[in-house]
This record gives sequence, C-alpha cells and structure tokens, in this order.
Amino acid sequence: MTDFSAGLWELLLRGVWITVQLTVYSAALGAAVAFVVGLARTHRLWIVRFISGAYFEIFRGTSALVLMIWVFFVVPLTLGWQLVPMWAAVLTLGCTYGAYGSEIVRGAVAAVPPAQTEAGIALGFTPAQRLRKIVLPQAWPEMVPPFNNLLIELLKGTALVSVLGVGDITFAAQLVRNATGDSAPVYTVILVMYFVLAFLLTRVMRLVERRAKAGVGRSAPSGRTVIRKAGPGPRKDLVADSSATGGAA
Amino acid sequence: MSAETEPTPQIPRDTGTTREVIRLDQVTKRFGDNTVLDQLNFTVDAGKHVTLIGPSGSGKTTILRLLMTLVQPDEGIITVDGEQLYPAPEKQVREVRKKIGMVFQQFNLFPNMKVLRNVTEAPVTVLGMSKDEAEARARELLELVGLADKCDAYPTHLSGGQQQRVAIARALAMRPQVLLLDEVTSALDPELVAGVLDVLRDIAHSTDITMLCVTHEMSFARDISDQVLMFDSGRVIESGSPEKLFGDPDHERTREFLSTIL
Repeated sequence: MTDFSAGLWELLLRGVWITVQLTVYSAALGAAVAFVVGLARTHRLWIVRFISGAYFEIFRGTSALVLMIWVFFVVPLTLGWQLVPMWAAVLTLGCTYGAYGSEIVRGAVAAVPPAQTEAGIALGFTPAQRLRKIVLPQAWPEMVPPFNNLLIELLKGTALVSVLGVGDITFAAQLVRNATGDSAPVYTVILVMYFVLAFLLTRVMRLVERRAKAGVGRSAPSGRTVIRKAGPGPRKDLVADSSATGGAA
Repeated sequence: MSAETEPTPQIPRDTGTTREVIRLDQVTKRFGDNTVLDQLNFTVDAGKHVTLIGPSGSGKTTILRLLMTLVQPDEGIITVDGEQLYPAPEKQVREVRKKIGMVFQQFNLFPNMKVLRNVTEAPVTVLGMSKDEAEARARELLELVGLADKCDAYPTHLSGGQQQRVAIARALAMRPQVLLLDEVTSALDPELVAGVLDVLRDIAHSTDITMLCVTHEMSFARDISDQVLMFDSGRVIESGSPEKLFGDPDHERTREFLSTIL
C-alpha cells in the first residue's frame, strides 16, 4: 500500500468526499420520499394508498443500477436533455432508497397505538395536528434504527454511480488500479474506507436514537428519580374495547 | 376550591329549569352481526351525573365512544347541547366535540409530551389559548388532582393512578360541558383507585359539569350519581336513583348483575 504516490491517495480521498456528498444528498431526498410515500400509504383515501403503494412496488422491484443507467442514458433520448451524472445518481438512489424508507415510516406509524389517535380525537385535534403532534413524534424513535440500516445500505449503494463515471471511492479505486496495475492494495484500502464511513454513520444514528427515545420518556434522563409503575401506556386497549363493545356472546 | 379554579363553564344547576345536554334518539350500533345498541333512547340533563352499569358487552362503553365520535352509529340521531353531533358535517362535528371530554380506561396520555404539555397542548392548539394562559390553567388543574410537582415528568415515569389523574386534568383543561368516564379505574392497581375516585368525587361535587360514567365501582357510583342506568344487551332495562337501583331494583336481571359484583 505504501507504493501509492501522493497523487493516488489524493484521488481516493477526493472519492471519499464525493461518496459522502452522494450519501448526504441521496439520504435527504430519500428521507423526503420516505415520509411522503410512507404517510400516503396510511392515508384514508384508497386512491392515495394505491398510488403510493404502486410507487413502492415499482422502485422495490427495479434494479437501482439499471434504473440509474436508464435515467442517465435513456431519458435523454426521449426528453432531449441530460442530468449531470451526479444528480442522475442522487435522483435514482433517493427514489429507490426512499421507497424502502417508506415501508419503515408506514410500519412505525401503524405501530402507534390507535388509542393515541382516539385521545387526540377526544381533545379535538384535527387529523393533521394528530399526525404532527402525537403520531409522528411517537413513531420517530421506532424509525431510527431501521433508518440506520438503510443509510448504510445507501452508503454502499453509492458505489453503483461509478458506472456513470462519477468520481466516488469505487471509481477512484478503478483509476488507481489502472495506474498501478495492482488490485489488491487499493481494493483493500477502500473496503476499510467504506467500513469507517459506515461505522461513523452508525455512531451518529445511535446518538439520534438516544435523543429520540429520551423525547418520549423511554430512557431516564440522568439525575432524576424515576417512579416507573407500568411500561409505556398499556397497549391492550383494542382487546379491552372489543370485549366491552362487541363481545356480548 | 376557589371560584377561579372551577374547571367548567357554569351551567346553572337545580334552578328549576332543566336543560338537555345529551340526547340519543333511536340509536343503533352494530359490530358485524352483533347489535351492541338497539334503538336506544335516552337523555341527560345539564349538570347531572349519570352512571351506566351492566355486564360487559351490554353497550355501555359504546355509548361513550359514540358521544366522543370515536365510532359512528348505524342509525339514529345524537344531539349534544342542542346541536346535532350525528349525523352532521365534519365541521360541525369538530365544534360539537369541543363540548365533550373523555377519560379513558388506559389513560392514553401522550408519551412524547411531559405532563404539563399533555395538559396544555389541546387548549393551545385547538382552542387557540395563549401558552401562558394554558400553562397557568394546567398548573391549577394539576394541583387540583394533586400532581403539581409532576409538571416536568414524562407520563411513563408516573404510576397508573398518577397518569389517570393527569388524564383527568387534561380533559378538564378543554372546559368540556360533558365529561365521559370510561372505566377509569379498571386498569389501576387496587391501592391507586381511591386517589383517582377522590379527585372525581371532588369534581363531581364542586362543579356543574355533566358526567357520564361507566364504572364497576358501585360505592363511587352511589356516591356521585343522580341517576343510574342498567344496561343489558344494548338496551336500558332499568333506570333510577342510586338508592332505588342499588337498594331495591325492580328488574331480576339488575339484581343478578348487582349480586355478581357487589
């Protein structure tokens, strides 16, 4: 590994920076897509659920690599303009990983006990207010750990952009290999680079998770006496209800 | 309790004129093939405390949930304070709903908000009250339920009894005319029940709020009720003063039911 010249190291480090940028932009777009599509999939109107469900299925069922090539090379043939490779990549990754993220959002929202919504109705909140003030804040801590997984998948997925000639880590590694004629050292180096980036992401997301859980009183803030009686709000409301209202037999 | 901590709008009580605050006309509710309420009629006058008793599955809780608009009836008309709650357009439902507050069996506090904000959030967001005013009022109400020192705790750090008392304060913060109590002590450990019932007794005796109460706590029902309704299979089979209904019920079914729980 020591036979890399300074120029080749610089090439790799520039690749790291591109990979970080790709990850951040795609994650931002992906998060927006995940929330919009995920919430749409819990909407009360069937047509909204249908359209968002179709989006999810389409992006889950297509290869991100092929889609990326398609966006970059095929779309220009029909529309007459072409995205720069970087944005074609961000668009594809954001839409694809956003689709996976929508499943996380949908699941976490569905996991908030219906009794919370009922309490919101009883206090006169509108559906939008219930979502913003009651449901999403409670769903959020549940989303963070799976989002962490997805984020790391996304980081590693950015390697696909090398096919468009975007100078990310993987693309830089190909250039280095061409220059040195030796695969082993450079690919070992970038393996470690991806791992370090993923590890850093995980540390950040742990922090986010801890804050999210503290925000719903799930871990005791330090230095306070905790009187803990029963866990977070008992969740057998539905069972109790059906026996009280429907179980005449 | 001083005049300014009175948590409800003042409805004249025992002034000779009675005002209907709740009216159910021919209300039917089915879940699948199961008819939970069967062409039910009943009215509650303003300021009265009415307790609904009966075996589980007899439709008591469903009445509260209908009034809170958590479920819709299949047939019939529901009127609250002279305004129709069902059938009615969504905008009207939202307005009428503000007259009603509910305390749930499982408390249903918002775990993502500290105690104080659980109580202030709805007055600020729904009623447009200023934050300062809502907080001042929330502190008064929390004092009323004996939890003034828990303002900054998260609900999960409170006992069930404390959570339920916060839930009572939260409902009262909206100044409802009608308070619905849905088996509010059923989920509590026995030693915590008394604290919650004391708070409710206090509210029942010192305010003019109309209460509709589903409970299995018969001594509590006897203590606060003006009227007790005995339900069976979606119908009211007997109604009367607590003395009459608990002491000398007319209906065999009522006698049977009381003997199983007393």
